[in-house]
Amino acid sequence: MPQIAQMSETFASQLFWLLLVFGILFFVIGKGMVPKVMDTVGLRDKQIADDLAAAQAARDAADAEEEAWRTRENANRASAQALVGEAKGKAQASTEARLAEVQAGLDARMAEAEARIAASRDAAASEIEAVAADAAKEIVSRFAGVNVDQTAALSAVKKAMAHG
Amino acid sequence: MQLVRGEKIDVAADTAKVDPMHQFAIEPLFGSDWTIAGYNIAFTNSALWMLIAGIALWIFMIGGMKREVVPGRWQMAVETMTGFIDDLLEANMGKEGRKYVPYVFTLFMFILFANLLGLIPLPLAMAGVHAFTFTSHFTVTGVLAIMTFAIVLVVGFWKHGLHFFSLFVPHGTPTLMIPLIFVIELISFLFRPFSLGLRLFVAMMSGHVLLEVLSSFVIDAANAGPGYGVLIGGPSFILMIAICALELLVAGIQAYVFALLTSLYINDAEHLH
Repeated sequence: MPQIAQMSETFASQLFWLLLVFGILFFVIGKGMVPKVMDTVGLRDKQIADDLAAAQAARDAADAEEEAWRTRENANRASAQALVGEAKGKAQASTEARLAEVQAGLDARMAEAEARIAASRDAAASEIEAVAADAAKEIVSRFAGVNVDQTAALSAVKKAMAHG
Repeated sequence: MQLVRGEKIDVAADTAKVDPMHQFAIEPLFGSDWTIAGYNIAFTNSALWMLIAGIALWIFMIGGMKREVVPGRWQMAVETMTGFIDDLLEANMGKEGRKYVPYVFTLFMFILFANLLGLIPLPLAMAGVHAFTFTSHFTVTGVLAIMTFAIVLVVGFWKHGLHFFSLFVPHGTPTLMIPLIFVIELISFLFRPFSLGLRLFVAMMSGHVLLEVLSSFVIDAANAGPGYGVLIGGPSFILMIAICALELLVAGIQAYVFALLTSLYINDAEHLH
């Protein structure tokens, strides 16, 4: 077994070259290159994390924007609705007012017409009475030869007409 | 203390045509006479493969240096590996784990590349280049384990001072049992570097020995005659391919286990219990 047989004569050489090579490797690779490689990895991880965070922030901003737009839109819609309602109410009120006015006019005209009718009827009725009283006085004077005066004839006619 | 090329191996080679242990022999390539404080530090095949693993790892890491926001495949692969270790430490240690990423990552990738490169098969071997798995030497895995253990001790005593010894007394231990439990926990703690180093060494060595033994079956059976070659060599070869796949898995798992245990041990030092 050369490991044991040659140990005493090769140990110094093995130790020297191992420490030399490993020492150089430790300082050149372990201390020099490894931290740079790990920095690169760290930098990349950081960049990815930053990009993800930026994307998340942009997404949040977009969400907030959309939310704001939605509330604004809702407010606009509500105000439009209110405007429409108000206009509707106004139109309704004016229509009603106009209708009421027209109605009032119509009522007035109707009342006037009725009054006119009543007046003409009354006039007609009194005319009829007068005619009837004249006719009654004529009849009485012709048949009975009695001259009845105008007022008596009129009251007699009124009595007869009231009886019906 | 100089190495003579193939000195020990020739003895073994007389008894068997294929020596399964030969692949673990360390041979100096040059600088056999280099010394530091009397110790030989020849540049061996083991050192060469440490260097190759290191350079391969460095080339792999260059792909991660493009630093593009949208990564290509190679950059993605590098980032997957660093992320894997980062997650491992995060899961076992929490936020404090991050500062150990350089060490654990280097350890894990170095062992992983060593294990995988040690498995490079035929084409290179035909050109005379034999892959050497230096993680199959406990001198190497032991040093790696001791490094981890040293970090555990330094972090533990740095952060908690002598209070670090409370690691050896689990919560709710009856007062009477404390001395006994303390000794048991201390011993189990001191065994950690051994289990850590030996686990990797044994796993890598056994796999390579098994592959070598099976390949010797193929060669010996083929040499013995066509019938033996088909009957014994064929199944052995198929089994060898299957075990190669298994070894790839083991290479990854052992590197992972080493990194995982390292992170668990450092976690003990960071947080005690």
